[in-house]
Amino acid sequence: MRRKRFRTLKRIVGLYLPLAAFLLFALFPFYWMLISSFKPNPELYSLKANRLWIAHPTLDQFRDLFAKTAVLQWLFNSFFVSLLTSVISMGFGIMAGYALARLKFPGAQGFGLATFITYLVPTTLIFIPLVRVVQSMGLSNSIWSLVVTYPTFLIPFCTWMLIAYFKSIPKDMEECAMIDGCSRIGAMVRIVLPMAIPGVIFSGMFSFTLSWNEFVYALTFISSTAHKTMSVAVPTELIRGDAYFWGELMAASLLGSVPVALLYSFFMDYFVSGLTAGALKG
Amino acid sequence: MEQPGYRTGEPWYKRFLKSEALTGYFLISPAVFLMLVLLAYPFVLAVYISMTDRVLGEPGSFIWFGNFLKLLQDSLFRQTVLNSFIYTVATLSLKLFFGVILALLLNQEMPARNLIRGALLLPWVVPTSLSVLTWLWMFDSLFSVVNYILLGLGLIQKKIPWLGDPFWAMVSVVIVNTWRGLPFFAVSFLAGLMTIPKELYEAAETDGAKQFRQFWHITLPLLQPVIAVVVLFTTIWTFADFQIVYILTHGGPINATQIFATMAYDVALVAGRIGEGSAISLFLFPALLIVIIFMLKFLRRE
Repeated sequence: MRRKRFRTLKRIVGLYLPLAAFLLFALFPFYWMLISSFKPNPELYSLKANRLWIAHPTLDQFRDLFAKTAVLQWLFNSFFVSLLTSVISMGFGIMAGYALARLKFPGAQGFGLATFITYLVPTTLIFIPLVRVVQSMGLSNSIWSLVVTYPTFLIPFCTWMLIAYFKSIPKDMEECAMIDGCSRIGAMVRIVLPMAIPGVIFSGMFSFTLSWNEFVYALTFISSTAHKTMSVAVPTELIRGDAYFWGELMAASLLGSVPVALLYSFFMDYFVSGLTAGALKG
Repeated sequence: MEQPGYRTGEPWYKRFLKSEALTGYFLISPAVFLMLVLLAYPFVLAVYISMTDRVLGEPGSFIWFGNFLKLLQDSLFRQTVLNSFIYTVATLSLKLFFGVILALLLNQEMPARNLIRGALLLPWVVPTSLSVLTWLWMFDSLFSVVNYILLGLGLIQKKIPWLGDPFWAMVSVVIVNTWRGLPFFAVSFLAGLMTIPKELYEAAETDGAKQFRQFWHITLPLLQPVIAVVVLFTTIWTFADFQIVYILTHGGPINATQIFATMAYDVALVAGRIGEGSAISLFLFPALLIVIIFMLKFLRRE
């Protein structure tokens, strides 16, 4: 009896309490974001009110946000860029990943190494000259500048992710298909690709998130309000000089965070297994 | 392997599709093209621009290593180098320490484990710029909810000037970076933990090894490959980080949190001294090179 009680106590102190602390640390900012976006301004800037709760919930902040800003346009831009770049990167990533996993050709190793190194190159290393490159392509201040540049960091990621998946698929089936007269690319599309669906979904989803969250390129290439994406528009358009409209800012942050959070809640299992494969394989 | 032209009588494009090398080059060509135009070329351009005294609107002239020499003598830049190191080392150690603890906690049986794991991942998933805005509001000089809670609990006697004081500003960016990056560490380590065979612990148990010794002699050595990869990745990402500092402190107060990327942005795109800004960015290159070398050495060994 005493032993059992001791074990329960040990479990509370050794597991549940520290875990609760971690959860509080991880989730409090989201709670704060949530309640700040449903508070009326007087309550938001009151030093007397209970700050951790909402006394008078309101949708005013969202109404102001939709009425006064181009938030719908920003959300659309984010969706457009993220969807397009993740589809492009997945396509090119599937091609390159398959080539590296299955085909022998001179330079394959060098290319594999190059994609791996590219994956490590931070965007802040080359963003200054890229402004000029984008300009000379006639794309500055347009969301197409993002559609073109995002795949540079998405393709290496997709490629590496998919190499691991392709390698785990047995070669026999596609070899059979090829003996039956299927071309190499036909076998890849009809046989290998369907078996690598978890990897494809994971890399697509991850690319979508990386695009959706990207900040440095979007900040430097795009200056006009109508072409900005959510991640840049909210901190640059909603803060005017020294004036911070915290209610609107938090409402907009919530709108920009929900899509990716939803995406992850639906594909959680894919995500964890994919991340695991990625983390272990480097 | 099939030879090109192995089956004569087939049209040339079919032979093309069946030759392995050509198929390979065809499949990697879009990726290669993009990487050459939008990564390799800008990098070469960055090296060139960093050796000119170009300012916005003027081409400038070639000055060899003038910018780099000037920067090395600049006290503001030295401060930036120091800040970048402090920022990287502090966040990396915190994430490593708490990441291992969190992974060990998550590795135990518990109700709603998947839900908890998902919730803990949230900081890493949502757009950093938006979550950092929330932290900016939480650290507000007048309405800081962090101070409100700490004062309410009696943990502090007077308000902490989170973003207004050089020391606390650095603490703030370190806290936010740790908050954002911890899930990646924990989930990666958890994946590593799950690959350790249970038999090892059972054997240690029968030998009478206590939990701490099991951790030290079994868990940590077997976790080492995952730890190495995660640390290497994070080193370069943190060294080159931009968003958290840009939004939270903008490098201030009095440059106390200025790091490479934020200074490069300010010098090149705000002040318009493009040559000098490029040079600052390129100081990230040695760090990248070191990480790449370690990574390749490590992967070859594995």
